[in-house]
Amino acid sequence: MTNHHRIAGNGQIQFGVFFQGVNHTTVWKDAQSGSQTDFESFRRVAQTAERGLFSAFFLGEGLRLREHLGKIHDLDVVGRPDAQTALAALAAITTNIGLVATQNTTYNDPADLAHRLASLDLLSGGRAAWNIVTTDNAWTGANFRRGGFLKHEDRYVRAEAFVQTAKAIWDSWADGAIAGSRNDPRWLREDAIATVKRQDRSFDVEITGRLPRSSQQHPVLFQAGDSPDGRDFAVRNADVIFSAHPELEDAKKFRDDIVARTLKAGRPADDVKIFPGQEFILGATAAEAEEKHQWVRSLQVGPETAIAYLEQFWGRTLTEYDPDGPLPDIDPLVDVTNPTRGNAFHGKSAKDLAAQWRADAKENGQSIRQFVAARSRLNGRGLVGSYDAIADKLAEYAHTGAVDGFNITPWIVPGGLDDIVNELVPRLQDRGVYRTEYEGTNLRENLGLRAPLTRRGSLTSTQLTESEEVA
Amino acid sequence: MPSTPVPEFRSRVIAVELDGDGAHPASWRKAHHDPQALLGGQRIRETVQAADIAGFHVATFKDSRVVDPGSTGIAGRIDAIQRAAFAAPITRSIGLVPEAGTIFTEPFHVATQLASLDYSSLGRAGWLVTADNTAKEARSVGRTPLPEGEAASEAADVVQASRRLWDSWEDDAVIRDVATGRYVDRDKLHYADFDGERFSVKGPSIIPRPLQGQLVVFAPAELIPAVEADVALVSADTTDALPQAAQAAAAAGAPRTLVELDVILDSRGQAAEDRLAELDSYEEWTGGARYVGSAEGLVELLTTLFAAADGVRLKPAVLDVDLPELANKVLPELHRSGLVVPPLPGATLRETFGLPRPANRFAAA
Repeated sequence: MTNHHRIAGNGQIQFGVFFQGVNHTTVWKDAQSGSQTDFESFRRVAQTAERGLFSAFFLGEGLRLREHLGKIHDLDVVGRPDAQTALAALAAITTNIGLVATQNTTYNDPADLAHRLASLDLLSGGRAAWNIVTTDNAWTGANFRRGGFLKHEDRYVRAEAFVQTAKAIWDSWADGAIAGSRNDPRWLREDAIATVKRQDRSFDVEITGRLPRSSQQHPVLFQAGDSPDGRDFAVRNADVIFSAHPELEDAKKFRDDIVARTLKAGRPADDVKIFPGQEFILGATAAEAEEKHQWVRSLQVGPETAIAYLEQFWGRTLTEYDPDGPLPDIDPLVDVTNPTRGNAFHGKSAKDLAAQWRADAKENGQSIRQFVAARSRLNGRGLVGSYDAIADKLAEYAHTGAVDGFNITPWIVPGGLDDIVNELVPRLQDRGVYRTEYEGTNLRENLGLRAPLTRRGSLTSTQLTESEEVA
Repeated sequence: MPSTPVPEFRSRVIAVELDGDGAHPASWRKAHHDPQALLGGQRIRETVQAADIAGFHVATFKDSRVVDPGSTGIAGRIDAIQRAAFAAPITRSIGLVPEAGTIFTEPFHVATQLASLDYSSLGRAGWLVTADNTAKEARSVGRTPLPEGEAASEAADVVQASRRLWDSWEDDAVIRDVATGRYVDRDKLHYADFDGERFSVKGPSIIPRPLQGQLVVFAPAELIPAVEADVALVSADTTDALPQAAQAAAAAGAPRTLVELDVILDSRGQAAEDRLAELDSYEEWTGGARYVGSAEGLVELLTTLFAAADGVRLKPAVLDVDLPELANKVLPELHRSGLVVPPLPGATLRETFGLPRPANRFAAA
């Protein structure tokens, strides 16, 4: 392999922030932890991120409350607003930061979702983005008219058809569709909207687009799937990958893989940006950061959480086991893990998993609590260290071009970005690897993205040469 | 948990529709901006802040799921719930009431979007229920229209499902109990278990109970009593017919009634009739009951209507012209009369309407 990542990088890194909402890594047991639903928490995090010149503010989505052994899971943060409704409100009190809504293609209609995303894009002056997710989960379907209609193997088929339909809707208004002056014969030029017709195994629809394009033309598309199918879906459709590969060497490998797939898909090597999710635990000194790290982990994985984590794989209560003792010596009751805690664990062989984990924990001398804490760390250990050490480390990422940025998952809300913005960002700016002002007026410009794929015409010769060089 | 005491209904309600450049199809020709500047946040900011400062109680946001190709008027609309959400953090006391459809939407999405709006607006959200059942909209989501006459019952089901979802978290479900490690009390979370004619929703909601408990639900009078609404929007062809229509809606069980009134006022030395004639020369305004004339005359008409209705929803012909006239000449006069009191900053929309915060249907008595 050649140095794809070096060419793809531009010597800079950017930040996004992922306000998670429902998860087990947001610390809620500390007095400084605020509301997960009050608008003030969202305002504080988004405005702090914007003060720190972040590229994007992310919201997740989950369309059914997670359950545990047949009851609502009660140990983690739960309850969050509809992503786009919250982002539309934030659009009014921010000016530069991108607003990213996670929205799934299974329990939405293209006519509705594409319209709402176009709405957010216009309201925010070209700052909207869509993090595309899929689900085939019938359990979630119980909240929707369709129920669990989609087979597992069809979820990317529908997703791709969905995204293509959404793009066609966004492209359906001609340039200059709206009157140029108040004296024109009509507000909307005649024949200015092309009807979108789609008939395939996923859709049979006829849609008239209801909005023009924003200054960034289409909402920016994010994608997070990590399977080979997910990666190919991303390079065919998306602008940015929200990846699960933050460690430097792993990130370089991931970049190489994505660059190769991007070129194969006929796009320039740097056409798809990469933002791994990452947790930052910082202090003035290494010792202070490490102490904070231990404290955060102890709050993230309490004794009840550790036992409950195993219970979902064992399929039975394990309260008789000591969280500070070894993993349970009995086999799981279920064959495959249950989907009611979300898709991540769906379909794995529970017995194989349990045997493997028991062996791993024994080898590493871990108790239940230690084992679960290690396993549930978000993408590895996180970035733990002094402000200066982490700034140096991030400068290395910037210089290698392994990633375009990090999507930060704060471990506490709403103050979790304060030290990053107050201490880390200035140090990154001193090192010349972080912006000192927003480059553009919309999200696409601030991410350094080209025009949307469907609006690019033929690639310029410069872009083709560039991609040939790295091939 | 019992409902809270009934707040005093201290004022007739003045609602205003903020849609595009105004209710008249030629409004965009008299707007103070280029046509291409309409569809963005800045326009919403200007109009909704003007309405908030003027002391309107409610702003409504029209929605449409299809484009009308025949009109010379504005043919694009940003999603209504999002417009209301955008307005939420930049206003202080006005209620924010978007239209949201029921026939071809997902009830779970609509209910959670509206609950989220209630959080962003600190309890000032409402919902104007619509039940459009057109072939074009059906086709856009791969469905067919409902049989004639079933739209109202479907709308009623969607409202019921939403109300159950809003109650699916009790007010004190989030306990954050460090001693036991429990973030929520699962006994205070409930499956909505709505089972209707054409759809079912399991629940619970993904967001805790709205700040108001239940949003204020508005519906056209024709959908009441099928739809469990708090406020009926009462329309008629003429202003003379409005009082009787309002009384009929109240008799049908609507707790509050607002009459619908198109308005075009004298402005800047130009008579309302002349303004209307000019606008109609582009495309005729086919609305409902209409007032054309001076601000003083409108105050007089409203005072009469308030004998029969709890308030009015005004649809100004041209927002950039008629909204300032309403703000500067009509509302101050109504305030002086004592019939109308501006909403209090921090008051919820339910309080503005004198509606109690309701008990949760799932809470143990």
